[in-house]
Amino acid sequence: MAKTYSAGVKEYRETYWMPDYTPKDTDFLACFKVIPQEGVPREEAAAAVAAESSTGTWTTVWTDLLTDLDYYKGRAYAIEDVPGNDEAFYAFIAYPIDLFEEGSVVNVLTSLVGNVFGFKAVRALRLEDVRVPLAYVMTCGGPPHGIQVERDVMNKYGRPMLGCTIKPKLGLSAKNYGRAVYECLRGGLDFTKDDENVNSQPFMRWRQRFDFVMEAIEKAEAETGERKGHYLNVTAPTPEEMYKRAEYAKELGAPIIMHDYLTGGFTANTGLANWCRDNGMLLHIHRAMHAVLDRNPNHGIHFRVLTKMLRLSGGDHLHTGTVVGKLEGDRESTLGWIDLLRESYVKEDRSRGLFFDQDWGAMPGAFAVASGGIHVWHMPALVTIFGDDAVLQFGGGTLGHPWGNAAGAAANRVALEACVEARNQGRELEREGKEILTKAAEHSPELKMAMETWKEIKFEFDTVDKLDVQHR
Amino acid sequence: MSEMQDYKSSLSDVTSRKFETFSYLPEMNADGIRKQVEYIVSKGWNPAIEHTEPENAFGHYWYMWKLPMFGETDVDRVLAEAEACHKAHPNNHVRLVGFDNYKQSKGAEMVVFRGKPV
Repeated sequence: MAKTYSAGVKEYRETYWMPDYTPKDTDFLACFKVIPQEGVPREEAAAAVAAESSTGTWTTVWTDLLTDLDYYKGRAYAIEDVPGNDEAFYAFIAYPIDLFEEGSVVNVLTSLVGNVFGFKAVRALRLEDVRVPLAYVMTCGGPPHGIQVERDVMNKYGRPMLGCTIKPKLGLSAKNYGRAVYECLRGGLDFTKDDENVNSQPFMRWRQRFDFVMEAIEKAEAETGERKGHYLNVTAPTPEEMYKRAEYAKELGAPIIMHDYLTGGFTANTGLANWCRDNGMLLHIHRAMHAVLDRNPNHGIHFRVLTKMLRLSGGDHLHTGTVVGKLEGDRESTLGWIDLLRESYVKEDRSRGLFFDQDWGAMPGAFAVASGGIHVWHMPALVTIFGDDAVLQFGGGTLGHPWGNAAGAAANRVALEACVEARNQGRELEREGKEILTKAAEHSPELKMAMETWKEIKFEFDTVDKLDVQHR
Repeated sequence: MSEMQDYKSSLSDVTSRKFETFSYLPEMNADGIRKQVEYIVSKGWNPAIEHTEPENAFGHYWYMWKLPMFGETDVDRVLAEAEACHKAHPNNHVRLVGFDNYKQSKGAEMVVFRGKPV
């Protein structure tokens, strides 16, 4: 039966609150944490969020009747209390897959976290999680290569890889910068990294940096007999400039380049990921600006959503936090988004902040990157938390070694291998860490020196488990 | 603070050449190798033995010693193959591999007998 037109403002819940709806396998599902304005009932606020992030506008319009809005609308289908927060509630919303252009993370985000976040009826809003239907996952390119291909290309098996961000982050000349890279790589690191701020500034233009860094990689490979790389940051003011730098990196034979996916933007990132897939180039992804979006517990986008969006858009590495370093993060929550980045199927698990099952189908996983304020004493905890499919990046923890970068790199490599060997033997790293490292240092003066240098820093592994696991 | 130490590594010094996982640790003894085989078996991976002349270690493909030992869970049998390969090629690197057929990758790979650096 056809509907009749009646102008005016209707309550959202009449149309968008559907507690009896059973989500389809092809629906996008979203969980928002909502703090409504005073006096707005939960159902109405949830329905408003569903409406404003899908088909709705503030008043009925006659053109609504030219389509089947009941098919296209977002549906608020459940509401839950937020543990430990009486003001807020979780609203679960299902969106039909037709609302989103195939392969477009940009389109997904424009709807889910678009106008609705400035909407007056809610005081604060946070996108806690999304379930991307497999049918949509299959329209996205995803990681250009993924974990398995990168291991094969770089010839690294049975252990996490080691990296280091070159410092000082700003101000070095290209030639001095290449020196720092060479010293790290010859000492035993697998990768070094451009700092995210390093693009192409007057003190070091990108082309000279790429040239000198490649010489450093080649010499370190010849010297150590191992495969090495440096994440050449191609993040640039325009896509044209970004591709120009990527092409030059390829011309030089670099194995990996790097992009900042949030400041660079999802359009640029998805395009670059496609380029990397076409050109056999690994892609390291940095996440500058993420804390602007994900740090406020009541408003913004949770990092697990940003992780899913990156996996869809494309990247072979993604920074995930360290849990133990200078940027402390919730351990259980971090383990949740690390799974989302690497595994092919992730079950709902509220204790890790995972609100939905997520099926990635055949899409490759990406390496988790742990970076920021970590050093050899953290190694046992890092190997335990991250397992093998990770890049552990020690910046100060390599460059700050009293004997220089090569010694710092060797110290980290020895510590890593000692921990992996011990783990394989069934030993408990977090409990026996000190003993394992001390034993390894008997054969490595570099490690011994590193352990002495950073000994002042508290051995904190046994306290990590006591971190707040509750979803703040 | 002890005295500053030079990092000894150079193109001309062949002992600078490494060979990936565990090559920064001292060479494994028999017990150490056994434990790594046990680890591979416990993971359900397929053990395999490969070897190469040290000067060709950089290449992706080393020589297979027979075929990977699919489904082999007897640690002694794996160790015996590693020993046999080492005996037949005493100057070569001999590595132990654990093929993870679900991930289509190697879950573990390590040199267990080190060749003569050249």
